[in-house]
Amino acid sequence: MLIKKPTDIPSSEITPESIYNARRDFMRGAMSVAAMGVSASAIDVFAAPTQVADKDLPGPDWLKMQIAGAIANQEKISEPLTPYEHVAAYNNFYEYGYDKTDPAAKSHILKPHPWTVEIVGEVNKPRTFGLEDLLKGVTLEERIYRLRCVEAWSMVVPWVGFSLADLIKRVEPTSKAKYVAFTTLERPSEMPEQKSRFSTIDWPYREGLRMDEAMHPLTTLAVGLYGKVLPNQNGAPLRLVVPWKYGFKYIKSIVKIEFTEKQPKTTWSMIAPDEYGFYANVNPQVSHPRWSQAEERRLPSGLLRPNIIPTQLFNGYAEQVAHLYKDMDLRKFY
Amino acid sequence: MPVLWRRVLIFFLALIPLVFIVYKTLANQLGADPAKAIVLFTGEWTIYFLFITLAVTPLRRLVNFTNFHFRWLQVHRRMLGLFTLLYAVSHVLAFLVFILGLDFSRFGKELVERPYILVTIPAVILLIALGVTSTKAMMRRLGKNWLRLHKSIYLIAILAWMHVLMQVRSSYFEAVLFGVILLALLLPRLYWAVRK
Repeated sequence: MLIKKPTDIPSSEITPESIYNARRDFMRGAMSVAAMGVSASAIDVFAAPTQVADKDLPGPDWLKMQIAGAIANQEKISEPLTPYEHVAAYNNFYEYGYDKTDPAAKSHILKPHPWTVEIVGEVNKPRTFGLEDLLKGVTLEERIYRLRCVEAWSMVVPWVGFSLADLIKRVEPTSKAKYVAFTTLERPSEMPEQKSRFSTIDWPYREGLRMDEAMHPLTTLAVGLYGKVLPNQNGAPLRLVVPWKYGFKYIKSIVKIEFTEKQPKTTWSMIAPDEYGFYANVNPQVSHPRWSQAEERRLPSGLLRPNIIPTQLFNGYAEQVAHLYKDMDLRKFY
Repeated sequence: MPVLWRRVLIFFLALIPLVFIVYKTLANQLGADPAKAIVLFTGEWTIYFLFITLAVTPLRRLVNFTNFHFRWLQVHRRMLGLFTLLYAVSHVLAFLVFILGLDFSRFGKELVERPYILVTIPAVILLIALGVTSTKAMMRRLGKNWLRLHKSIYLIAILAWMHVLMQVRSSYFEAVLFGVILLALLLPRLYWAVRK
C-alpha cells in the first residue's frame, strides 16, 4: 500500500514548526518594541527575518500589527503545516480564473483596502463596518486547521482570525435568525472572471451556515495566514474558515453578512445541487457523484510518492461538531 | 523546404511541450500538486495534437490556392498522429504513476467513481491500435480494413471531448471551445461523405 501518513512528507518540503514559531516569537517581540513608540514603518524591517513570505503584502499598518500580535489558539494539530508558498499559490478563486495558479497571478489588481462589510437581516443592530471597526477590540488568534477541498486535496493552514460568534454577538441576532448568508465582493473591474460568458456561476459568490454552525467556536473569520495579512488570492481582507466543511464553504473577500429565517441559496448548490449540498460537511462515506471522498492528497504531494491519506469524518473535528448533526441523515443532507 | 527538413522541424517542435513539462518537473516549478499539473498538461496537449492531426485533411482540401495551400502537410499527418499517441500515453502514465501511485487496488474504484476516466479506456486502446498499425507494412497488410480502423480517430476525438465535458464544474469555456473546434473538423468530412 502506498497510502502514507502525513508525517511521511519529506522534511525538506515543510516549514519546521520550531522555525515558524521562532519567527512568530520574533515578530511578537518586535511588536512590543513597536508599541513602545518606535515608528510604525519599522514593521517592514520586522518582516525581513521571516522566511515565510519574501515580499511584504499590501495592507494598513494597524492590520499588520494586529495580525502579528495574534495569540496561539488552544486547538492543537500534530500534522505538518503546508508551506506558505503553496498555501498562497494553489487556490480556487474562480473570480480570477479556473487554474489553481490564476488567483495568485491575477488577484493583485484587487484593492482590499478600504473595505466595508454590511451586516443586515434579522439583527437588532444592523450596520456597515469598516474593516478597522470590525476588528476593533478583537483579539486575533492563530488557528491551525486542516483544510479539505471537495476536489480531494487538503492542506494544513495557520490562519489568523477570530470566532465568527464574537461578531455575531455584537450585532444581536433576533429570534428569527436561523441562518447566516455571506456574499463575496462583486467587482468585475478587479475580478475578471465575473465578466465571463461561459461561467456557470451566478455572481456574486454566496455561501451560508446554519446559526449553530456559525456560532460554533471553530468557525472563524480569517484576516491573515502565516502571521501575515491574507494574500488577495486567499480571500483578502476577510474570509470564512469552517474547518469541518469542504473548502468551497470558506467564502472569500466577504462584503455582506445577512441573517435570515430561511436557508440561503449557496453558489455551488445553485450550480449542481446533486453534487454540492448546503452542509458540505467533510465525509469520507459520502462520495461526490464524480469521485470518491474516502481519501485525500495532502499537499504538497510528491511525484513518485503521492501523499494520499484517508479522509476523516468532519475533517477530524467530529468530537467538536458531530453533535450539531446528531439526528440528521448525512447522506441526505450532504 | 525539403520534406526531410520539414520532418525534422516538426518533430522537434512537437517535442517542445514534453521537454517543457519535464524541465518544469525537474526544476520543481509545478507547485503544490505537480502530479495534477503534469496530468492536466499532457492531457491538454493530447487534445491539441488530436485537433492538429484532424485538421490536416480539411486544411488540404479547403485551403488550396496556387500560392497558399496545405498540400505539403499531408505527408506529416502520420507523425502528428503519433505525437497525439505520445502525449496520450504520457497522460495515462502520469495518471497511473503520479496520481494512482501505481496502486492498482484503487484503479477499479477510481474508474467506477470517475466515469470521465471510464470513457477514455476505449479511446486509449483504439489510439494505441492506430499507432501500432501506422507503418506502411501494416497498411499493406490490412488493406481495406486499415482505413476502416483508422476512421475510429473520429470516435476517439468524440470520447476525448466527452472526457473534458464530463469534468466541467464551473466554466464551460474549454468544453465549448473544444466542441466547436471538433465540429469544425468533423462537419466538412460529414459533408463530403454525404455528397459522395
